[in-house]
Amino acid sequence: MANEKNYMYKSWWKILCVVLLLFTFIAGLLIKVPNLPALEETSRNLFFHVGMWAAMMTLFTISVVNSIKYLRTLNLKYDIYARQYATVGIVFGLLGYATGAIWMSYTWADPNNPLFESFSALAREPKLIGAAIALLIYFAYMVLRDSINDMDKRARISAVYNIFAYAMLFPAIWIMPRLLPSLHPGQEGNPALNFKDVSSTMRMVEWPAFIGWTLLGVWITTLKIRLSLLKERKMMK
Amino acid sequence: MHKFRALLTLLSVLMVAVVVQAQEGAAKTTIGETMRSSGRIYVVVAVMLTILIGLILYLVRLDRKISKVEKETM
Repeated sequence: MANEKNYMYKSWWKILCVVLLLFTFIAGLLIKVPNLPALEETSRNLFFHVGMWAAMMTLFTISVVNSIKYLRTLNLKYDIYARQYATVGIVFGLLGYATGAIWMSYTWADPNNPLFESFSALAREPKLIGAAIALLIYFAYMVLRDSINDMDKRARISAVYNIFAYAMLFPAIWIMPRLLPSLHPGQEGNPALNFKDVSSTMRMVEWPAFIGWTLLGVWITTLKIRLSLLKERKMMK
Repeated sequence: MHKFRALLTLLSVLMVAVVVQAQEGAAKTTIGETMRSSGRIYVVVAVMLTILIGLILYLVRLDRKISKVEKETM
């Protein structure tokens, strides 16, 4: 399987990833950002916190594509791909959650902010609940997979479940938070993707940042995939 | 090699805007002055870059190691 020279063994996109991330870290800290109320300098977190979610979304999408590929071909290779992409997607999701917790503590969930009533407002925050639901569904995917011993059955059941999990992502993190009142910005649309919201200098860093983080996630995933392919080959011998 | 050069060009193009902004205030560009200007933000940049480069070097090493094992098991 290693003689097929697919994207995992190419290095140009890994170099691109490093270049974009270096650019993100330097420019993301040094450009002038608009002095928005409540946000001020923290709006630079757009390149880091929102980047985590962008990477997570892309990794989950690649994962579900591989699950569908598995169901069409029944080639166990795609099952390994789907599993590893979902795992790294979860890691990025957790990082997005953790960075979000820090960011909100000093912006809209700041006790000094008059709009913020109490901790109970946080517990009712639809975006946090939605993201938690989405991540828990993916945790269940991992538990489900590892509880089935038969290889083909495991691959087939988890591929179908992965499609359901991906379908649940949309109501949980895209639709539901837009229908309910929320303190988290972006209830009226896509806060980071809307061209009217983000100043042009910030957009210049935002997109390289999103692509860079996503490529980093893909890079980590390909390493995990290559390791598990090696393990598989060892078992066959 | 061609791809690498293209990527370097991309980085320098992306950097132009930042450099232009950085030059607005700073006439003198000795390293000590740079590190102490604008609220010492460059110190943070240096720290974050060190972490990022460290993590990337670690990833590159992992990548190489896995490639080696792959060749051995072939």
